[in-house]
Amino acid sequence: MSLYSEKVMDHFRNPRNVGVIEDADGVGEVGNAKCGDIMKMYIKVKDGILADVKFETFGCGSAIASSSMATEMIKGKPLSEALTLTNKAVAEALDGLPAYKMHCSVLAEQAVQAAILDYYKRNNIPYDEEKFRCASCSHEHDHGEEE
Amino acid sequence: MKVYADNAATTRLRPEALRAYTETATEFFGNPSSLHSEGQRAKEVLEDCRARMAKALGALPREIVFTSGGSEADNQAILSAARAGAQKGKTRIVSTAIEHHAVLHALNRLKREGFTIDLLPVGTDGIVRAADAEKALGEDVCLCSVMLANNEIGTVQPVKEIAALCRARKIPFHTDAVQAVGHLNVDVNELGADYLALSAHKFGGPRGVGALYARTGAPLSPLVEGGAQERGKRAGTENLPAIAAMTVALEAALATRPETEAYVSALRDRLIDGLSRIPHCALNGDRTRRLAGNVSFCFEGIEGESLLLLLDDKGVSASSGSACTSGSLDPSHVLLAIGRVHDVAHGSLRLTLNEENTKEEVDYLLTVVPEVVETLRNMSPVWRDLTEGKRKFIL
Repeated sequence: MSLYSEKVMDHFRNPRNVGVIEDADGVGEVGNAKCGDIMKMYIKVKDGILADVKFETFGCGSAIASSSMATEMIKGKPLSEALTLTNKAVAEALDGLPAYKMHCSVLAEQAVQAAILDYYKRNNIPYDEEKFRCASCSHEHDHGEEE
Repeated sequence: MKVYADNAATTRLRPEALRAYTETATEFFGNPSSLHSEGQRAKEVLEDCRARMAKALGALPREIVFTSGGSEADNQAILSAARAGAQKGKTRIVSTAIEHHAVLHALNRLKREGFTIDLLPVGTDGIVRAADAEKALGEDVCLCSVMLANNEIGTVQPVKEIAALCRARKIPFHTDAVQAVGHLNVDVNELGADYLALSAHKFGGPRGVGALYARTGAPLSPLVEGGAQERGKRAGTENLPAIAAMTVALEAALATRPETEAYVSALRDRLIDGLSRIPHCALNGDRTRRLAGNVSFCFEGIEGESLLLLLDDKGVSASSGSACTSGSLDPSHVLLAIGRVHDVAHGSLRLTLNEENTKEEVDYLLTVVPEVVETLRNMSPVWRDLTEGKRKFIL
């Protein structure tokens, strides 16, 4: 199908880092089943670095590919760097997404932030709330700007 | 293995239809409106096709208008009856919640123009109740439109009963028979329809051609203004090769219809029985009152688009009522109408078979669909929550 780029199809067919981290240091879940997509991100943190990242996704091909790509982009990176991951960067790394699928990349960005936020909260690490504006909002919000 | 299981979307062109197409395009290239003999030869073919299409439907030749397809035929029937009704002060239209968008969107247009639209509900079996129609058919109703068979879940509607109720009340009755013609026994007089829409590519004819049956005396106004083709009801030079191919395709489909129905419904039942063994799934629509080739399921914990993509990788062409396949946020209105909640409706799969499919193909589907469902469930956080008891199973 030429609906998606080869990159999207590759990440969809062979998703990287799919699964669960049983003793995760942070877990983030965004989206909802009613809208047809949920992403769950598990992170393992060591010395401020994302030592391991895993995801589970209920959703369309681009949602699965976006989560897979996002985990690849942040794995092994410092938390501060992972927090700068944008949906645009995810979409670009996938060689683009159809306009009406851009919200899938937004979900990936949110899932990463939600997992890191969970880690900060569990460990009572102070954080800048401004950086997590997106982590707690539902993707039903208008993400027209990103799109 | 390649399995084309999307025959409700479109079918492969029948070889005899292709032959009729090329022969008509090359041998009868004249314009049927032209006075010269080339034109008149083409006109003869056109009228021959009209007579044969009429015969196939139990209609009179002058009651057949050739169109660009089912959507145009639906639109023309609905808008014609509505405009005529409005002139008599009747502005209510009764239809159903599971109609094709060609009907629903035409009704939406009329709603914006001031008509009142009553959409009858369906049961969880995907079938509208004649008793509900009876209650809705008041004196102010100018049209009742009920599809003969549903395109997503294949359920066959009690059109004959509802048409009889309309006839007794002198209310024009339209049926969208796009999925039914060539597959079910369709006779306009047995059904009691005043209008009937059909599309050629659902029974092995070409795309871009269809027909509208409009009973003698039923109001009919053109959607396209122009020349006097189709007795002034549809302007534009007739697509004669496509019309000839459609006629041949319908005759071919009807010549073997009972055998085809028995063969295809046996494949369907084998597929339904096999897929039913997948845990936490459900068949959409009534088990028996459905088209011979229609199989529609919802699988809990997964999403339909990813299901289609993985099946495509396995060589299987299928379809889904998932929101993600249409670019909208809401899943299919048909699945919602039969009571599927959003979470479950997103995980739908439609496989539609015809006489070209084989038992081997069905067995292949029975191997790959459960595999793909399992693959997706294994990466679904929803499925994990369901199996760990954090979320309640619906199916």
